[in-house]
Amino acid sequence: MIINPFKVYVMKNVVKIQEVDPHCNNRRNFLKISGMGVVGAGLLMAVGCNDDDDPIYTDNQYPGVRNGVFDLGGGDLGILSYAYALEQLEADFYTKVVNASQFNSAFSQEQRTVLTDLYNHEVIHREFFRAALTGALPSGATLLPDLAFDYGSLDFNDVTTVLGTAKALEDTGVAAYNGAGRYITNPDYLLLAGKIVSVEARHASAIRTLINFNSVDFAGDDVVDTTTGLDQARKPSQIISEVSSLHFIQTTFTAQFLQ
Amino acid sequence: MNILKFLESLSNENMTKATASRRESFGQFGQIGKNLAFASIPFGLAALTSKSYANDIPVTPSDPVGALSLALTLEYLEKEFYETALSTLGLILPGRERNVFTQIAAHEADHVTFLTSGLQANGAPVPVKPTFDFTVDGAFDPFGDYQTFLQFAQAFEDTGVRAYKGQAGNLISTPDLLTYALQIHSVEARHASEVRRIRGLKGWISGDTSGLDPAFNASYAGEDNTNQAGFNASAQFGAAAGSESFDEPLTTAQAVAIANIFIV
Repeated sequence: MIINPFKVYVMKNVVKIQEVDPHCNNRRNFLKISGMGVVGAGLLMAVGCNDDDDPIYTDNQYPGVRNGVFDLGGGDLGILSYAYALEQLEADFYTKVVNASQFNSAFSQEQRTVLTDLYNHEVIHREFFRAALTGALPSGATLLPDLAFDYGSLDFNDVTTVLGTAKALEDTGVAAYNGAGRYITNPDYLLLAGKIVSVEARHASAIRTLINFNSVDFAGDDVVDTTTGLDQARKPSQIISEVSSLHFIQTTFTAQFLQ
Repeated sequence: MNILKFLESLSNENMTKATASRRESFGQFGQIGKNLAFASIPFGLAALTSKSYANDIPVTPSDPVGALSLALTLEYLEKEFYETALSTLGLILPGRERNVFTQIAAHEADHVTFLTSGLQANGAPVPVKPTFDFTVDGAFDPFGDYQTFLQFAQAFEDTGVRAYKGQAGNLISTPDLLTYALQIHSVEARHASEVRRIRGLKGWISGDTSGLDPAFNASYAGEDNTNQAGFNASAQFGAAAGSESFDEPLTTAQAVAIANIFIV
């Protein structure tokens, strides 16, 4: 199956692509995203463009390529694939942070300690999901590929930029896991997500205090409701839309079976 | 519940501040010391108390109402702990840390209100607030000594994270309630990270070390787990990072036992 270069995807949680290379000679060629005209969110598309193994899915909602684009799938496997995508982003971001040319000079000791821990934790989370999904995926389902990232002009040597981006990613992670828990049916998976989300919240708290020490931002009124005392929780489609708008993820995928 | 002897016997710090009742405590220690060495429950001794006391809360059922009831009791505890601390003259001096604990106290109060409303809305009985003794029969002085207060705060927040996590499975049949619980759970984790960092620790739990008085060490038992559904979390960066990356749950019985330490 060949992607129509001018096709406008109207499925839920999909953004349209532009300038797709119909021949798929080079995967990177068709990983161009358009942030325009996005309705209902979406990361990009096309992880696979393979005529040969593009199975026609009917009633299963397995993660895998559909119409030339990787779809995260539905059900527990869809949520796990979604979490895997988010952890890939976090892990990649912190990998670039700790490897930035001026990491040791631009950042304070405390900042380096925290950011290095976050790098370790997020890489571990990514590898955990890779392993967990690999073990859990039934025949006919596919592991989300390694995503490609591009941070554009983001200056990894600028403390304010890095901490601000880290804050956004960690808060988003908290809201994502909090919002995804209700869609998990397997209690073991739910517990594992719970084991991770509190670590993300610990991260968010620490980053927020690093940014604004003389504050109560660690659990600030911008994220914790001042009446209920509840943290943020957002649906996968909302999170995917937010993350997509950052334009960090270059690899296209869809989430047509997630709420 | 009088677990004074147990707590004192586990607390090096308190041993250095021996009081008249201490000898009696040491006597107790001699009898139960071997058992204590193997205590593996948060705050140490809950596992040893096979006796139940009149005002102890029972182990809550493994269902949504049970989960919210336990959560409310833990929030009652945290709310009263912080409100008492903030109203104790000279304990938390004006400044950044007082602002932090004022914010935390506000959240715990909100959680009490929210959970009470949630139980009522579901037609479930609302547990009555227990009477708490945060000195644990005089063994500790959290409202007279700021460092002790901080230790308690850390232990309560880290315990809260573990307790909520342990209830997730009991809420899986009620998606809205599960979501609410998760939304409280992550707030407790934000609190825990901040309190730990105030104490000079990492915001995350490394291995099973508490960074607290030894009396609390057992509270962190199991946090050193690096086997997550068969995945070796220590493979990438070692056991410390592997354990930090995943927080571990408490069972209902463990969480209830901890709460009962402070219920009289």
